[in-house]
Amino acid sequence: MNIVLLLAPFSLALALTGLGAFWWTLKSGQYEDPKGDAARILYDHLEDGPGD
Amino acid sequence: MSDLSLSDLGAFVSRDDSGSGRLELLVQGARCAGCMARIEKGVAALPGVTGSRFNLTTGKLSVTFARGAGEPALVMRSLEDLGYRASLFDPAAARAQEDREGKDLALALGVAAFGAGNAMMFTVPTWAGLFGQELSPATRELMYWLSALVATPCALFAGMTFFRSAWASLRRRQANMDVPISIGVLLTLAVSFSETLQHGAHAYFDAAVTLVFLLLIGRYLDHKLRLRARSAARDLLALQAPIAMRLDDAGREHGVPVGDVLVGDRLAVAPGDRIPVDALLETGVSDIDNAMITGESAPVAVAPGDLIHAGALNLGGRLILRATARSEDSTVAAIARLMEAGAQARGAYVRLADKAATLYVPIVHVLAVVTFLGGWWLGLGPREALLRAAAVLIVTCPCALGLAVPAVQVTATGRLFRKGVLVKSGAALERLSEVDHVVFDKTGVLTTGQPRLVTEIPALIAMAAPLARASRHPLARAVADRAGAGPVADSVVEVPGMGVEGVIDGRRARLGRAGFLGVEAAASSQTELWFGFDGDSRFRLTFEDSPRPEAQEAVAALRKLGLSVEILSGDLPGPVSDLAQAVGIDRWRAGLTPIEKASAIAALKAEGRKVLMIGDGLNDAAALSSAHASMAPGTAVDASQNAADLVFTGNDLTAAALSIRVARAAKSRALENFAFSALYNAVAAPAAILGLVNPLLAAVAMSGSSLIVTLNALRMALEGDNR
Repeated sequence: MNIVLLLAPFSLALALTGLGAFWWTLKSGQYEDPKGDAARILYDHLEDGPGD
Repeated sequence: MSDLSLSDLGAFVSRDDSGSGRLELLVQGARCAGCMARIEKGVAALPGVTGSRFNLTTGKLSVTFARGAGEPALVMRSLEDLGYRASLFDPAAARAQEDREGKDLALALGVAAFGAGNAMMFTVPTWAGLFGQELSPATRELMYWLSALVATPCALFAGMTFFRSAWASLRRRQANMDVPISIGVLLTLAVSFSETLQHGAHAYFDAAVTLVFLLLIGRYLDHKLRLRARSAARDLLALQAPIAMRLDDAGREHGVPVGDVLVGDRLAVAPGDRIPVDALLETGVSDIDNAMITGESAPVAVAPGDLIHAGALNLGGRLILRATARSEDSTVAAIARLMEAGAQARGAYVRLADKAATLYVPIVHVLAVVTFLGGWWLGLGPREALLRAAAVLIVTCPCALGLAVPAVQVTATGRLFRKGVLVKSGAALERLSEVDHVVFDKTGVLTTGQPRLVTEIPALIAMAAPLARASRHPLARAVADRAGAGPVADSVVEVPGMGVEGVIDGRRARLGRAGFLGVEAAASSQTELWFGFDGDSRFRLTFEDSPRPEAQEAVAALRKLGLSVEILSGDLPGPVSDLAQAVGIDRWRAGLTPIEKASAIAALKAEGRKVLMIGDGLNDAAALSSAHASMAPGTAVDASQNAADLVFTGNDLTAAALSIRVARAAKSRALENFAFSALYNAVAAPAAILGLVNPLLAAVAMSGSSLIVTLNALRMALEGDNR
């Protein structure tokens, strides 16, 4: 039963990491131009990250 | 746009504190990854440019300049060289387009998703306990506390949108949809806490946060729908957003946003551009196309001293004007006031979901209160009675209203968007489904707005063609189009507002208005052009505005939907009756002013008709906004596109019938969903009152009903477009 006390916080921490990652993608504008970002990787002279 | 290199467009660059500038442009026609690469590379190589970033999804280019540097005209020239047409964004408009609300909603959605998923993780073991499986009360309580730890902050944070809107509505002494949602979520959390503290088995932490999650999906879809329509409409405006060319004392042109033009400013208008504000003509002669203002298709000659209204198209030479009104006081303003009145009347329209909510809110609340008081009175005790009241609020979840209607409308507008029809709001779609009478404007809607040569004398056309090819005037171009490729006259001189003169095979010839060739204009309403060699006889060429090729089919399709069709035009009776016959419409009225058009719509309204107005000119704007629903082609003036509920960009009139069919389908989907949720609530509410609902049932029933209405909404996307 004690394993719950270890696993519950652990799974919550994992999920919080995911939520934090989502927050970061939102903040850094990664949903502003999905079409463009998909294409940028194909061109050497373009920055391949999302914009500001 | 050819004089751009001479003009200063500095007003469109926004500077930050350090002095570096930023410019936003809308680039037309760039739709591929290669275009993006070419544009960014080309613009970044310009002097003074520190960065260029093209957004392939929205078609917007944002350019940053070094301190003090920045030549917008250079950027536009380089884009033109690359083969793209660009238009400048007003810095204020560009800022307004940032989507803060969408980001907040997305974050709330993420938090609610996290909360729903993880609260569920702790709740599932307790469901096992409901069926008598091995689960000690201590473990169950631990699970509930963990669930509360996750669900409570998430539901409170993500539910803020609903709480705020409910509070605002309550302060106005009204109850919108968000009131029962907020009460439901807060009461559920409170009851669950009290249950857990008293070691009870009925805690609904997961239900509270799941409810918020599901409703936020609906809210987010609704927001995306409005945003897409709004930004697309604004992009269309930007394409036409006229830059006024102001002349300073030295005669240099400065591009300024039209809103900044003051009375008394001297303005230059190049051939092919629109007149930015009401103004007196100082220098230059030209033909003016007033079609957008009066609906009249024939060009009008203007000379110094004439007053020209904003929105008229300059067909001939370069004009110097003196502004007599600011943009907001121009002729447009009178029409704008009419539009405002129409929009207010339309604002009173009650949306389907709100109509349903006015029924739903009191019933559910009365039911919950009766359950609580009745249960207590019948001897259940306050705790059990409150639990059952909360269960009523949870299972009668308003998901069908909050989620299903936006889902239907997003699917429907998405389908129309792929067909080139832009729907501005969900309410617009609902109004469109109720339409029973269609009113068309003539010029630019039923017709192409381009003159077509009627005269059928090949020898005459061939003779006039060399001169016609040398001119940019629309009438001359119609002649040149008919004649096809061929020689161009020598030493051509274009006299703005009169015609062209040149040498064909060694003989001097003229093509232009009657006065230019020294003959009397024919007494007819037809648009005409005269041609003749020096000292020889003169010939008359006549033109008409040709109907759109698909106009007849579009009218027939509307008839098939059971709608009556009518034309209201500002043009002369002759052309209107010819056109009405050509496209198969028997009811028409001609020679109407913008105000008469609007009052004709009002008269139809008074008869109880629900009118769909389709128009493109400034003269239609008031009628568009007072009609029950309205459409405008993508070529229409800004005011009309603003006033219209739908804009069809595909340049295909059959979009009207298609849009009505989709709107009707969307309405019946929404009604089906209401019927389903009424049925569902008729079963779920009594079960909750009788205390038959446990946390597992509540969670399954709520998610299940949401899923069913959403799937029904998505059927919209699968249906074919068979007529």
